[in-house]
Amino acid sequence: MTHFVSHVSAEEERRVRANDREYNEKFQYASNCIMTSKYNIITFLPVNLFEQFQEVANTYFLFLLILQLIPQISSLSWFTTIVPLALVLSITAVKDATDDYFRHKSDNQVNNRQSQVLIRGSLQNEKWMNVRVGDIIKLENNQFVAADLLLLSSSEPHGLCYIETAELDGETNMKVRQSVSVTSELGDPNNLASFDGEVVCEPPNNKLDRFCGTLYWRDKKYTLTNQNMLLRGCVLRNTEACYGLVIFAGPDTKLMQNSGRTKFKRTSIDRLMNTLVLWIFGFLVCMGVILAVGNAVWEREVGSLFQSYLPWDPPVDNFLFSAFLSFWSYVIILNTVVPISLYVSVEVIRLGHSYFINWDQQMFCSQCNTAAEARTTTLNEELGQVEYIFSDKTGTLTQNIMSFNKCSINGQTYGEVTDPLGPQPKRLDFTPFNPLADPDFCFYDDTLLESVKVGDLHTHEFFRLLSLCHTVMSEEKSEGELVYKAQSPDEGALVTAARNFGFVFRSRTPGTITTIEMGRPVTYTLLAILDFNNIRKRMSVIVRNPEGKIRLYCKGADTVLLERLHPCNHELMNITSDHLNEYAADGLRTLALAYRDLSEDEWEAWSASHRCADKATDCREDRLAAAYEQIEQDMMLLGATAIEDKLQEGVPETIAVLSLANIKIWVLTGDKQETAVNIGYSCKMLTDDMTEVFIISGHTVQSVRQELRSEHVNGTGGGEGKQLQCPPPPPPPPPPPPSNLMDNISGEFALIINGHSLAHALEADMETEFVSTACACKAVICCRVTPLQKAQVVELIKKHKKAVTLAIGDGANDVSMIKSAHIGVGISGQEGIQAVLASDYSFSQFRFLQRLLLVHGRWSYLRMCRFLCYFFYKNFAFTMVHFWFGFFCGFSAQTVYDQYFITLYNIVYTSLPVLAMGIFDQDVPDQRSLEYPKLYEPGQLNLLFNKKEFFICIAQGIYTSVVLFFVPYAVLSDATQSNGVPLADYQTFAVTTATALVIVVSVQITLDTGFWTVINHVFVWGSLGSYFTIMFALHSQTLFRIFPNQFHFVGSAQSTLLQPVVWLTIALATAICIVPVLAFRFLKLDLKPQLSDTVRYTQLVRQKKRKPGRLGARGGSRRSGYAFAHQEGFGELITSGKNMRLSSLALATFASRHSSSWIDTLRRKKHTHAHTPPTGAETAVKITYY
Amino acid sequence: MGKEKAKSGSLARRPDNSAFKQQRLPAWSPMLTANTVLPFFYFMSLICMLLGVWLLLTVQSTQEIKVDYTHAGECNVCFEIRKNMSNAGESCICTVEFSIEKPFKGDVFFYYGLQNFHQNLRRYMDSRDDAQMVGWKENLKNPSIYCEPFKKDQNGLPIAPCGAVANSIFNDSFTLTYIDSSGTEHKVPLLRRGITWYTDKNVKFRNPKVDNLTLAQVFEGTTKPLYWQKPVYELDPHQATNNGFINDDLIVWMREAAFPNFKKLYGILYRANKPFTKGLPAGNYKIEISYNFPVQYFRGRKQVVLTTLTWFGGQNHFLPIAYLVTSSLILLIAVVLTVVWLKFGKNGKNMEE
Repeated sequence: MTHFVSHVSAEEERRVRANDREYNEKFQYASNCIMTSKYNIITFLPVNLFEQFQEVANTYFLFLLILQLIPQISSLSWFTTIVPLALVLSITAVKDATDDYFRHKSDNQVNNRQSQVLIRGSLQNEKWMNVRVGDIIKLENNQFVAADLLLLSSSEPHGLCYIETAELDGETNMKVRQSVSVTSELGDPNNLASFDGEVVCEPPNNKLDRFCGTLYWRDKKYTLTNQNMLLRGCVLRNTEACYGLVIFAGPDTKLMQNSGRTKFKRTSIDRLMNTLVLWIFGFLVCMGVILAVGNAVWEREVGSLFQSYLPWDPPVDNFLFSAFLSFWSYVIILNTVVPISLYVSVEVIRLGHSYFINWDQQMFCSQCNTAAEARTTTLNEELGQVEYIFSDKTGTLTQNIMSFNKCSINGQTYGEVTDPLGPQPKRLDFTPFNPLADPDFCFYDDTLLESVKVGDLHTHEFFRLLSLCHTVMSEEKSEGELVYKAQSPDEGALVTAARNFGFVFRSRTPGTITTIEMGRPVTYTLLAILDFNNIRKRMSVIVRNPEGKIRLYCKGADTVLLERLHPCNHELMNITSDHLNEYAADGLRTLALAYRDLSEDEWEAWSASHRCADKATDCREDRLAAAYEQIEQDMMLLGATAIEDKLQEGVPETIAVLSLANIKIWVLTGDKQETAVNIGYSCKMLTDDMTEVFIISGHTVQSVRQELRSEHVNGTGGGEGKQLQCPPPPPPPPPPPPSNLMDNISGEFALIINGHSLAHALEADMETEFVSTACACKAVICCRVTPLQKAQVVELIKKHKKAVTLAIGDGANDVSMIKSAHIGVGISGQEGIQAVLASDYSFSQFRFLQRLLLVHGRWSYLRMCRFLCYFFYKNFAFTMVHFWFGFFCGFSAQTVYDQYFITLYNIVYTSLPVLAMGIFDQDVPDQRSLEYPKLYEPGQLNLLFNKKEFFICIAQGIYTSVVLFFVPYAVLSDATQSNGVPLADYQTFAVTTATALVIVVSVQITLDTGFWTVINHVFVWGSLGSYFTIMFALHSQTLFRIFPNQFHFVGSAQSTLLQPVVWLTIALATAICIVPVLAFRFLKLDLKPQLSDTVRYTQLVRQKKRKPGRLGARGGSRRSGYAFAHQEGFGELITSGKNMRLSSLALATFASRHSSSWIDTLRRKKHTHAHTPPTGAETAVKITYY
Repeated sequence: MGKEKAKSGSLARRPDNSAFKQQRLPAWSPMLTANTVLPFFYFMSLICMLLGVWLLLTVQSTQEIKVDYTHAGECNVCFEIRKNMSNAGESCICTVEFSIEKPFKGDVFFYYGLQNFHQNLRRYMDSRDDAQMVGWKENLKNPSIYCEPFKKDQNGLPIAPCGAVANSIFNDSFTLTYIDSSGTEHKVPLLRRGITWYTDKNVKFRNPKVDNLTLAQVFEGTTKPLYWQKPVYELDPHQATNNGFINDDLIVWMREAAFPNFKKLYGILYRANKPFTKGLPAGNYKIEISYNFPVQYFRGRKQVVLTTLTWFGGQNHFLPIAYLVTSSLILLIAVVLTVVWLKFGKNGKNMEE
């Protein structure tokens, strides 16, 4: 494992020389081999044991074991400890080994992927793990990038290449990377082999969007930025091949640096349990001290006199030393208050709960054929305590599929609401009308198609605009089979809609756009693209149609666009505005469309000013914007589009139910603010009923602080002075609903914060301010956040709120968040399985979260709490009897019970009923917990098992132990059998007490069990049966004959249990133990019933099913959906022709049916015939990616 | 059916729809309602009361007398003698007198009792070798390490039976005499056999295999415990079969008491002859005690207990009284619960309405 040789730890800067392994090896950079596994065959045993003994409990039991080997203090046989300890250690070891085996497998799988490395001028296949820093590797289309590379050259013109970074940051749109111009010319391997440039750059870090370095080559310096880098985890798209120089490899890559360290997660119950165990140790020591003092006194007063019958052991020469030994002896005896079986049982219960999660049919997604999976088995009960959910957006809340849903053309709205209850409207079939239609496109309103067919001018112009005004690239794989490469899925949806309605965008060159309008090819001259940016929130194209008319087409956010319309549009604008409001209320993303006719003179004049602005060296951006502004005026409104960012099934309902359960949901997304806000609205996290939506988007510390403060004031002071900057202002707040007083006082607020502002807000001095503001809000959305920031937000809440957090996401960008939250949930969707691999639970639909939390989590928590309460109770009842006996046996550490009983009590006699309860118990059925989300609250408030509950259990246990000791003592000390033999002998007493104990704790478990399945019956009765069977076996003649010294209780069982007195004693003790508990529980149920009790009580009463969610807000605020994942700069790229293939440029002049890209595709197929990457194969690759 | 499902593509990984896996097993969910709890309490109270009364009546029918002879009367002399270890060999016999008001009817059991003698100390209890006493030859000659320091004597001879328990055997012996109204003394016949558990006598304690040898020969090479006057094979001079490890008194002693104050069975009245056919008649009695067992070291006391029995055992007032008290407490609780339920009970219904 070369990785073990750690490279220079504090790397100041990195120097990499291409094609020079000797030189690079000097620095001992990490190789490209990744290792996430912990052990290998040799190190497994020692390392694993070492780790296990770091657990306090294990060490404690080891210590006890050692104590037991000292004859002077051994009050119990060694096997009472070693059997359970060995059991625990081996179970854990097997589990760790299996986990690690799978990690090895996945590491190997990744490390052994093939990549083509340029070695001595020729391309050779190498495994990923053998790739070194400084190597030049070749990547082909749809391949994963093996390491962080400096892009040297590409098959595409201008050294461009396209990548998809979904694995890295979750964004599914394509990004462009460009090589430094000097290296882009090094086309073929021979040139590259002689390339000996040296890169000096920053040391490995986790900043995904930043890279700074310098390339020194042929005595010249070239600045390198993130634009030149291909990061590990990206996938090469639309690029035939490219070459890159490995800069960071393996653990140094940004992907691995971002993935964070795997933390061992513990639940709060675990931590509480550890605290309690420590307290119990303290208690144990106290008991030991008390008994040791007792022993000292006794030995001095009585024992010393008794020496003629029992002299002190040789090392003991005075009562103090005897007390010292007695202390340790009692530590051994009383150790069963923290039995090692506690930890095993907890593990078993959790395992059982995990299986139930895996088996749940209602969390099985039949579309993707995946069942829910509990990947870790240690966190189940924490699922019942979640207070904060941090959710990714893309792929988690949404399907990341955009669909053209509705439109408004010239005051007429099209597109029906698909009513889930009514008859499914017929999906339009476009094929007879338009052979080029995309078969996957769905639209349900045939009036629109009719309108197109009858040749309505507005409708035609509407779709013409959609087919022209965009930055989509097209590719024709074969005749008529168009594939659009859209930067953002929204734009793709719009162009596809136009395509289906007969306005097919076919191909483009830097200066032309070819479309097929109603079956007729038309080529427009593209005069200018007025590109999109965040401030403009619109884009326009200026085209000259074949008739020579110049027209500007503009689409953009309604707020911006409606201001720039010609006054004559007033009426239409009002109608369209109403439509837009309607669409927005449905959570759709809207865009308004407009055009403007330009005369030749206007165009010339503007063109000149535009050129002038374009050439300006200073403030080019501003000047361009001003120029654009100038021409985008007096436009004529065409209509509006509404796109649905398809939410996953049941998302709003799930969110509503979870909020009812008092869980706060934060959305953390790498996406744009507008997108995030839109989704917030469509999944009902944000509603128009909200008093205010705060937006924080300051770029400096001061501005962020100021924004935070003012909002804090607003939030508490009642909401004046709107801070809204970016999105359209919400309509005046509706009159507050008179229902809830609390809401009236505090109001409902939402907070939206941008990534760069978040960076400031997360700084130490602003943290608390941010947390208090954010937590006062009902919904929080963080947009444009990096993976690391997601984790930081989670950490922040963990730190300040002491609440249980859950992170849910589907992409590699969510991994750090998933790892740092208490519970990480991975959505096994399309974006690879990075998130799933890092997660604790995985399933394929966001909506399963409600079942996971409200049903499984709640049950797990309930069961675990009941289990722990009972467990501590039964062990105190069991152990404390020794304490009382100490006062009668001269504090000599004599046990009350037979040693076999002590060994078996926790493992056999009482383990299964409580396990059955811990695994199967239910207070209310699953449907009820979904119907009454409030049932989830006890978990969040930690009501079922806390320190108070613990003390109650302990008190009950001690009470039971008192009864169990003193009742038999009082009865037996003076009783005789019916044949005159006294019953006061030790063995009879031991058997009586043990039997009473087993019966009392069995009765107690029957009281605690709320859900009696067959298994519970079998286990409870079986345990009782096994107690008697085993006791009779251990007290049998056969065993005694073989081992007389070990089984000297021979005959005790039958002799004792035949006595009516003994049974009367047991019955009395049971009654005294149980009656107060029963009375107390009845009183509690009668006077202070919990919600769950009530639900149970009214179980049979059929309740009207409450349907959460879908309480849609009327008159929603409009939210622009323009170019959601859009990036500035594509327009320029198109007009400059940079991203056009040479071949397509050459062929563009034809502008004929035989599209350039069709030939292009053919050419490519010849080259790399092995590469036909259907999406299925892509996912297959992704699945194996780690 | 399952196979077919597995084949059908998209649902191949669908979890089974079994009641167990879907957590829908038919189950009984009991709830503590007033209808069940309150009657149960009253019922319990009633049962406890009936039991208590019955037991009390039973206990009342037994008779018991305890005579502490530690330094009563002339035994005081013996007590003083035993104070000195050097007089251990010296025998001392004393007599204690007592009278019975009412005749003891039926079987009468004779116990000796010890107070403040800790048979339940951990090291004391461990200090025995059951393998030796079940007659294992190798343990006879080489007793368990647990017997230390009573494993071997100064000469290195193994002790049989070894250990502190056997070593400290109670070795007073008693002769009970009835003095009738005419002044005639009748020796009260005591059965000294059948005073042990059946399993002890027949399983747990066995002599080493004799094979034509006498018991004394079998025990050759071992020595008697330090405090004993006679070797184990001469414990009962009257009955040869009651010697060695199966001696009843030894077995009784070896069954360690759970508490420092205990009594052990010494003998049972033999009722074949007059005047004891119906039990012990009322009148004066005296016990002749061979006073050997020293108790003054540990401030102990010795007593003799005579008692009659019922099915339930000897006189034991705790159990009936405990039952009666419990019964009344349960009744009290039941009444309180009923009142609370009637007055304040929410019956689990009116939550959050």
